[in-house]
Amino acid sequence: MNSKFITKPIILSAMILIIAILAAGCKDGKKAGTDTTKIDLKTEDLQILDDIKQAEKIFKSLPSPLESAMLIKSAGARFDKSYLNPVENTSNYTTNKTMALNLGIYTCDLSFASLYDQTQIIINYMNAAKKMAEGLGILDFIDQETIEKLEENINNTDIIMEIVSETFLNSNSFLEDNDQTEIATIVLVGGWIEGLYIATQLVDMKEFDNNKLVTTVVDQKLSIGILFDLLKDNAGHPSIDELMTQLDGLYKVFDKINLTSTPISTEVDKTTNVTILKSEVTTDMTRATFEELKAKVSEIRNSFIK
Amino acid sequence: MKILRITTLLFVFAALSATVSAQCKGFAKKSCQPELGGYTHDGNYHAAVLVEGEEAELYKTFYADMEYRVAICGADNLPNVEFRILDANKNVLYSSKDSKSKTWDFRLQSSQQLKLVVKVTSFNAPGDTPASGCVSIMFGFKVK
Repeated sequence: MNSKFITKPIILSAMILIIAILAAGCKDGKKAGTDTTKIDLKTEDLQILDDIKQAEKIFKSLPSPLESAMLIKSAGARFDKSYLNPVENTSNYTTNKTMALNLGIYTCDLSFASLYDQTQIIINYMNAAKKMAEGLGILDFIDQETIEKLEENINNTDIIMEIVSETFLNSNSFLEDNDQTEIATIVLVGGWIEGLYIATQLVDMKEFDNNKLVTTVVDQKLSIGILFDLLKDNAGHPSIDELMTQLDGLYKVFDKINLTSTPISTEVDKTTNVTILKSEVTTDMTRATFEELKAKVSEIRNSFIK
Repeated sequence: MKILRITTLLFVFAALSATVSAQCKGFAKKSCQPELGGYTHDGNYHAAVLVEGEEAELYKTFYADMEYRVAICGADNLPNVEFRILDANKNVLYSSKDSKSKTWDFRLQSSQQLKLVVKVTSFNAPGDTPASGCVSIMFGFKVK
C-alpha cells in the first residue's frame, strides 16, 4: 500500500459535475432522469478528454511489512519475541489511527515470526492483525478457508508467507479502493516503523562495523522521503498531520546520514536472465548517529503501541 | 447546453473509472499475481484505471541482497502497456518497449531508489472513445 495514487480526473470530474448539475437545475428546473442528453463527441470535448488523459498517477511504495521482515532476516538477525508488540495490547486500540498503525505493526511482527517458524506466535499475531483489520471495517482481511490453510500449513514457511502477503494485499486494496488512502498510509507507516524498530534493536553494538543489519537500517534513508511524500499527499487529515510531526524528528536524524552512490551499470546474468544493477554505496553513519536513530525510532514506536 | 454536454461526458468517464477501479483488486490478483512465478509477492497494492496514452509513475526503494521481479499487467481491452525503470539520475536501466515483456527480474549490488514509468500505448484510432482499464504493478522478491 503499498502505496498512493492521485486521481485527478475523478476529482476534476466530480467538481465540474456538481457545478454543472447546480447550474442546469437552476436554469430549467427539470428533474434528474427526465432529461435525455445525446452524447456527441466533438473536437472540443476530445480535447478535454485528452487533458484528462495527461493527468498523472503517482504511486509511492514503501517496503511492505513482509519485505521489511525479510530484510531483517537476510541480514542474519536472530528472532527475539521480546521486540514484538504483545498481542494483549489489541484491546487498547480503539481509534482508526491506533488500529491502522497496529495493523501495520502486527503484520510486520507476524511476518517476522513467519520467517522463523514460530508457529504459535504466527497464529496469535494473525488473530491480532485480523482484529485490527475488522476494527477498521476490512472484512475480507482473511477468510475461514485461509485460516484453515494457515493452520494446516503452519510449518510451511512459503505458504505462510503467501498467506501473510495475501492478507496485507486484501487490507490495503480494500482501503485504497474505498478511498481510505489516509488509513492505508497509516498502516504502511506502522509496518515500516516496526521493521525499523526491530532492526535497530537487534544490532549488536559490539559488532557495529560492517554489520549487515546496520546497512539495512541505513538503507531506510532511501525510503523516508517516500514515506513523507505519502503523508503529504494526505495532509490535512488530523491523524496524518500528527504523524508528520511525530516523524519529523526521525527525518532529521536520517538527514545527518550521507549516502553516496556510484553510477549504476547493468549486466545480465545469462544463465538466469536476471539483470544485476551494479553500484557502490558509501555512508558516513557513526555509532553516535545510530544510537540517536535507535532512540528516536524506539520513542516513536512505543508511542504507537501505547 | 455545452456545459451540460461536457458534464455528461465527464460523468460517464468518472462513473466508468469508479466502476473499473473497484475491479482492479480482482484483476491484480487473478491476472497479475501469477506473473510473479516463484517470487513472493510483497503484499503491496498498486493498481489504477488508466486510459490509453496515459502514464503512471512509481517510486520504490529496492534493497541489496534481494532479487526482485516486477510485473506490469494491463486489462485485455487496453493496448500494450510499456514500462521503463530509471535511476535517480533518470538513466534508463530497462525498457520493455522492444521485448513487450510483462516482467523484469533484477537484483542490486547496493540498495537504490528507482523510478518505474508505465505507459499505456495507443490504438491510434482518432475519434474513437479512448480505451480505459486496470493496470497493475506488482513486486515479488526472494533472497539471493
